[in-house]
Order: sequence, then structure tokens, then C-alpha cells
Amino acid sequence: MIRIEKLHKTYVTGSNRLHVLKGIDLNIDSGELISIVGSSGSGKSTLLNVIGILDNYDSGDYYIDDKLIKNMSETKAAWYRNKMIGFVFQSFNLIAFKNAMENVALPLYYQGVARKKRNIIAQEYLEKMGLLEWAEHLPSELSGGQKQRVAIARAMISQPKIILADEPTGALDTQTSYEVMDIFQEVNKAGMTVIIVTHERDISERTDRIIRLTDGIIEQEYKPKKAANYA
Amino acid sequence: MLDLDQWQEILSTIRKNKLRTFLTGFSVAWGIFMLVILLGSGNGLAKGIIYNFSDAKNSIWMGGGQTSTAYGGFNAGRRIELTNEDYEFVDNMYNDIENLSARYGMWGSMISYKNNYGEFDLQAIHPGHQVIEAIKLIDGRLLNNLDIKEYRKVAVIGKLAKEQIFKDEDPIGKYIRIRGIPFLVVGVFDDIHEGETKRLYIPITLAQKTFITKNRVESLSFTAGDATVEEATQMIEKIKSQMAKKHNFDPDDTRAMWSWNALEDYQKMQALFKGINIFVMIIGIFTIIAGIVGVSNIMLIVVKERTKEIGIRKAIGARPSSIIWMILQESILITSIAGYFGLVLGVALIEVVGKAMPASDFFRNPGVDFTMAIGATIMIVVAGAIAGYIPAKKAANIRPVVALHDE
Repeated sequence: MIRIEKLHKTYVTGSNRLHVLKGIDLNIDSGELISIVGSSGSGKSTLLNVIGILDNYDSGDYYIDDKLIKNMSETKAAWYRNKMIGFVFQSFNLIAFKNAMENVALPLYYQGVARKKRNIIAQEYLEKMGLLEWAEHLPSELSGGQKQRVAIARAMISQPKIILADEPTGALDTQTSYEVMDIFQEVNKAGMTVIIVTHERDISERTDRIIRLTDGIIEQEYKPKKAANYA
Repeated sequence: MLDLDQWQEILSTIRKNKLRTFLTGFSVAWGIFMLVILLGSGNGLAKGIIYNFSDAKNSIWMGGGQTSTAYGGFNAGRRIELTNEDYEFVDNMYNDIENLSARYGMWGSMISYKNNYGEFDLQAIHPGHQVIEAIKLIDGRLLNNLDIKEYRKVAVIGKLAKEQIFKDEDPIGKYIRIRGIPFLVVGVFDDIHEGETKRLYIPITLAQKTFITKNRVESLSFTAGDATVEEATQMIEKIKSQMAKKHNFDPDDTRAMWSWNALEDYQKMQALFKGINIFVMIIGIFTIIAGIVGVSNIMLIVVKERTKEIGIRKAIGARPSSIIWMILQESILITSIAGYFGLVLGVALIEVVGKAMPASDFFRNPGVDFTMAIGATIMIVVAGAIAGYIPAKKAANIRPVVALHDE
């Protein structure tokens, strides 16, 4: 599904060079539920942005389904972001002036799905998230957990193969975090590959495989011990 | 571009960003509104000036004055009086002059019909004078050469004179008394200069027989065809020098005969008119520039403000082209509607002012050159689109991760 070989990335700001990713080799199979952990500045978000084609990289190779994703035009990248990848952000990144339903439906707008049809589909996804009665509400009228569930619905609506989540529970309380993780686990069971960046141990331990990044390299890969009870 | 869904997306964005929409629209509407007002006022001013020139533009008038130098055995201060002879002399002098007319004015002539009477401006003329004054026939006929030849006691009366003498009665074929002598009314005329419709015209030949001593004429007037100002001035000088010989005055005496060259005045007015036009145009251009700068500014801010939204849209799969179109279409939609609004509002105000303000010699019938106003609107719309395009293109092509970090 995802194959990354010797990937390097350096941020250049003025005369400062920050070598963030220092040769990442990573294989992720279809249907995996993976977490990427590490302290802040370890490069985990940068790696996720590269996987989501929100950012570029300097050297190495990155393949989705054996297709090389490198120096891609923004138009081509848009197609991958739209069809292959669903992204969930820590700060939700909902469009403030659109209600929940319109936010969820937006990826389908860029696929050319008619307004009525995409709103119906969006309502279905909101129903799955238990938010149907909030469909007409603006993001500002929703709680953090509700916003994140809207964002997940938006990431899922185009039925991508990969769901990427950057600190999805970072802005949520523990209870809501666990609810959101329940959703990710369900999504994963439905067959989507899910990659979650987190620094929270209890979140990472609910995934199948943990990748620990330290200072731009993969320090450790391990399967979590199955913990007893989270609810 | 005509994708319905796309428009719905844009309309919903506009609906939910009312202040932004209002600010963009206002600067465009205001610019166009001011431009229309400016064009309309300029037009009104020009029309007011041109209005004073409703008479034949190539007419030349001349008449006898008073000598200022002693000449040929005569003292200074002698009155020069023109006669029918002079009229015929000028007629023979030039073949290409038209509408040659001798005129004798009798102000305060008593006119009566039944029990109505009053004092009016009576003018004895040749038919050509009616062309020079550019009077418009409302009813009946004008004076003609037969009236002159046969000394007919006929009169053509002005609209205001008719209203005062006849009230609602049909004047054609009725007899009025002019200074006690009955005249047949044959026509009613109108003149753009309202004051000149309180006037009556009668054949000069008859007037000379009945009212005026000898064969005197007060002034001669004619139209100079296609003559230029210089040619017309030469004509006047030539006639004057001939008259100097006939009437024995110094050809260099400027006060022995007066003359007025309408064409010269007309050209001066046209120069003024041109000046007003240039003035209006310069201010108009600056108004448009101000509008363009305003829209450009707002578009820059709009794109900056929407950078994060653009990042979100890109992260979920928006192509750069769809981002650019989104911003451009919104800009074009707002600016064209606002521009149209300003145009309509400006035209409406000009119309109201035009109706409410009494026409004067300086300002009348303000109107707007629509092609110019619409052209200006299109210019602002296009400028707004270009001003939006550059930052939109930039924003659409930056990596989403950068756009998303913009706050």
C-alpha cells in the first residue's frame, strides 16, 4: 500500500536548515491501523504530511500502490488527496462558514457530485457519527468532539484507501478521545488503512503497530501489548 | 464557468461573508456612481452651453453704428443707416451667401385681438431670417417671398404671443391689429429661446410702407454656407469696406458698423466644450483608478484572509484551477452586480436632478453616455479579476501544509 524508501526532508528558513526526516524506510500494508509516535520535533507530523501529499520531500522515494509520488503537480496531487487520502487534523480545519453537512460534502463537490446527492451522502456519514441532528449547525456551534467527528466524516466520504490523522485527539478530553479512537477502529475494520500521529500513549496502544520516531529516524517499531480495558 | 453547482458554491460563500461582499461591492458601486454623476453633470454643462447656440451657427449679422472719426467731410458721431439699397448690394456681391435678410425691430408694438391687447416685439424681416433664428413652425406657414413681393399684411406669431393674444382660440386665419392695422395671422412658431416666442414677424417690405420711414433697415443677416471662420471674417471685412465707400466713412473705423460672426463664437464655445470634456475625462479616469485600487486592495485581503480555507480545500482535493476560479468568479459576480447597481443609482439620480432642476443657460438635460459608463464598469470588473487572479494563483499553488499554517 505505502512504501517509503530513504526519505529525507529539510526545512530551509533563511540561513537555517532543519533536517527533519533523515532517511525514513517504512512499509504499510493495506488495512493496517498504525500510530506514529515521538516527542515534538521528532518529525512525525512532517512524515504524515508527506504521506498525505500536503508537503513535499527532498530525496528518497514514496509510493502509493506502487505509484511514485514525487515532484507531483498540484493538479495531480489534488486527485490523490481527493480519491486516495482522507486527512484528519488536530485543529479540525472545518470551513467556518459552512455547516456540518456542507463541510462533510465538500470532497464530493471536488469530485463533481451533484449538490443534492452529495448532501444526502453527507447526511449518511453524519448519521454514522451520530451527528445527523447537527447537520445544519456551523462548526462554531459544535463541541470539540463533534467537530472532530465531522472532520472524520469528511475524511471518509470519498471512501479513500488511506485515512491520515494528525494528533486527532490532541484537542479533546480523554473521554472524547476514546470515542474518536473507537471510530478510527471501526473505520479500520471497514478496510481502510489508518495512520495516526499521536504523542498520547493510550491512543497509540490501541493501534496494531507503533512506529516511534526520534530525531527524524525510525527508532523503533513494535506491536503494543494488548491492554485490558479502556472504556 | 456556467456550472450551476459552482455558482451555488459561490453564492453560499457570498451569503456567509456579507461584510466582505459589501465592502467589495461598495467600492465598485461608489466608483461607478461617482463616475455616472460626473459624466452626467459634464453633459448637462455642455448641453447648457450648446443650448445658447440653437440659431444657425454660420450666421453673420451686421448693422449701422456711429462713426468715431471724421471722414470725407463729415464729422465724427454720424449715424450710419442701412437701406434696401445696401441689402441689394450685398445680395449682388456674393453668390454663395444664403438667407440674406434685412431686419427692422419695433419693440413695444401694440397688438390687439378682440378685447385682448398687449405690447410685443415686432420684427420686420425677409423670409431668410426665419432660418437664421431657427424657428420651428407649429401651425400654418412661415413668411415667404410672395409676402415680401406683394406687401401682404400677414404675420407669423410666436407661441407665447399666441397664448397671450388668442388664449385657446385657433389663430390661423384670424385678423389681429398691429399698431391699429389689421394683419392676417398665417402661422405660429416656437423657438428654443423662450423669450423669442413673444415675438411677431411681418414682411419687411410692408413694414417699410406702413411703419418705418424711408427704406431703412436696422441690420442685415445671412448664413455663410460652409465658410470657415476666416472666410466669414473676410466676407464681413469686404462688405464693410464696400459700405464705407457707399456711406462715406473711414474703412478703418470699427464703430461705424457693428458685426457679429456666430461661427466664431460657436467655435469658442466648442473649445470650451472640449475643455469641459477633457476635464471630465481626467477626473473620470482618476475615479476609475480609485475604484480599481479599491477592488484590488480588497481582493488581496480576501485572498490573504482565505489562505487557510484554500489550504483546507486543497487538502481535501481541490485542484488549483478550481481555487482560482472560485475567487475570480466571486470577484466578477460581486463587482459586476455592484457596478450595475452603482450605474442604475447614478442614472436615477441624474434623471431626478434633470427633472427637478430648472433648465438654465449653464446646465440642462444632464444625461449619461451609457457606453462609457458600462465600459468603465467592465474595466473595474476586469481589473478586480486581474487583481484577484495574481494572489489567487499564488495561493492556489502553495503546498497545503503552508496554507494550513497561515493564521
